[in-house]
Amino acid sequence: MADATFTHTTPRRIWPADAAGPRPRKRFSQRNIIIYSLLAVLALYYLLPLYVMMVTSLKGMPEIALGNIFAPPTEITFEPWVKAWSTVCTGLNCDGLSRGFWNSVKITVPSVFFSIAIASVNGYALSLWRFKGANVFFTILIIGAFIPYQVMIYPMVILLREIGIYGDLSGLVLVHTIFGMPILTLLFRNYFSSVPEELFKAARVDGAGFWAIYFRIMLPMALPILVVAVILQTTAIWNDFLFGVIFSRPTNYPMTVQLNNIVNSVQGVKEYNVNMAATLLSALVPLTIYLISGKLFVRGIAAGAVKG
Amino acid sequence: MAHTVRPSRLLKNLNAKIAAVPMMLTAVVVFFGFTLWTVIFSFTNSRMLPRSEWVGFEQYERLWSTRRWLVSIENLAIYGFLMLVLSLVLGFLLAALLDQRIRFEDGFRTIFLYPYAVSFIVTGLVWQWLLDPEYGLQKAVRSLGFTSFTLDPLYDPNLVIYGVLIAGLWHGSGLVMCLMLAGLRGIDEDVWKASRVDGIPAWKTYLFIVIPMMRPVLVTTLVLVTAGIIKLYDLIIAQTGGGPGIASEVPAKFVFDAMFVSQNLAQGFAASTMMLVAVIFVIIPWAYLEFGGKKNG
Repeated sequence: MADATFTHTTPRRIWPADAAGPRPRKRFSQRNIIIYSLLAVLALYYLLPLYVMMVTSLKGMPEIALGNIFAPPTEITFEPWVKAWSTVCTGLNCDGLSRGFWNSVKITVPSVFFSIAIASVNGYALSLWRFKGANVFFTILIIGAFIPYQVMIYPMVILLREIGIYGDLSGLVLVHTIFGMPILTLLFRNYFSSVPEELFKAARVDGAGFWAIYFRIMLPMALPILVVAVILQTTAIWNDFLFGVIFSRPTNYPMTVQLNNIVNSVQGVKEYNVNMAATLLSALVPLTIYLISGKLFVRGIAAGAVKG
Repeated sequence: MAHTVRPSRLLKNLNAKIAAVPMMLTAVVVFFGFTLWTVIFSFTNSRMLPRSEWVGFEQYERLWSTRRWLVSIENLAIYGFLMLVLSLVLGFLLAALLDQRIRFEDGFRTIFLYPYAVSFIVTGLVWQWLLDPEYGLQKAVRSLGFTSFTLDPLYDPNLVIYGVLIAGLWHGSGLVMCLMLAGLRGIDEDVWKASRVDGIPAWKTYLFIVIPMMRPVLVTTLVLVTAGIIKLYDLIIAQTGGGPGIASEVPAKFVFDAMFVSQNLAQGFAASTMMLVAVIFVIIPWAYLEFGGKKNG
């Protein structure tokens, strides 16, 4: 079970103040019964949608029309999944959600790479080189993280149109790189600030320059935070809808946009099983990342929490 | 500090400065320049294309007399207030439950937080399905024998925003739980010991001792949740599309539609500037609380 794997792989009870609440004595005290039944009811609210998505996606349409959404499928069929992936239509294209999936991959991979490359250099320059005026830019960047995207979208459209990459994948990658910068820069700046100053000074005395220290010393040391950054960015960019719908053209639409177009299309008969299979398909990537990364995901949002 | 040791001339640390050029450009051009541009052009009569004909506050007057905008603001106010209160209550409840030295803590946490990993589009679509009157929860409960059971918020203009709220809570309360749990774990064990010695009931300890001690975490959470609320867009698109009619419109959608659908640019600029103003009203008191004290002290 997922529970068990998490318990074994994570270091528990780091300091005694852990779980400071009143302690249970007996296994089946009245208090414990209340706690566990409350947890169970709440867990139901969180698990219900996932369960319903799964069972719906495995049923045929007649069964959905007659039966109950909570009932497990009497006859399991994978047809909705196949259709959602390879033949369902959006507009004129009938090659399924696979198109959106590959678009999302093509958007996410370079966006994650460039945003982390730039932000890690930013964080490194800000924490260890501290040139004059650097903090002014950093402050603007952090304040910028709170500005609603709607305020900056239109000038961005004009800029991309002027450069000639409006609607291209490269334009969308640029947008993700720019708007991911505040949080990631903060993440790397805080990490590199904790690097012992002596290490940096020793490398300087040995004659290493800006890039040598970055590539040879800092980047290898930053592996844990790099992983956190990759998790954070991959999930955020994969789940993005707003930038996808504004900065890409229909042939380049990421999975979220295509999914919404499929499910909320007004034409044709609604195929709920295909819709739910499609929804699950596009949730699969972030869910996999979440389940594999465990505590690192939490670290990512804790870092995001500082920024907003 | 290092920067006082190293004299800062223009050519000093040249490589570091070159490396920081993308950050400088982003900060100055995008975050500062673009924002300023939008605010300035909200005072023009741009329609299909940005124009520089100054019209003063005309766009704002028009905005505040547009029914759709007023509905958007009202929806955001209802959703925002309830989302703040309920996600804090639910998140705190979950965190407090997980903090009772329970078994399977990591398993429960995984369950409560996973919705946060999926997109708002997925969230909106699955709750649209669950709240579908013909197939969803309503039908399931009715088939159990409660034939007059009604759960049909998405097609009722008066209730639709609460339907969105259910989905929003599902998606976002795990994050609050995570932050609260970190806050609870930061409370010294001695506080609990002392209150136990004094015979204070657990709920009173939480309410009057622990929660006041968690103020920094609470403030951060409040700011985070609020920032998320103002951005509310994808969830509406996926779950209701703003409907029925305009009953679930929100400001972010109003801006998008004004800019990219109805080609009424200046209205979009004015509306997005109002969103900016709303954020400023949240951020400034927070920044003052967080950083104002430290500078003086």
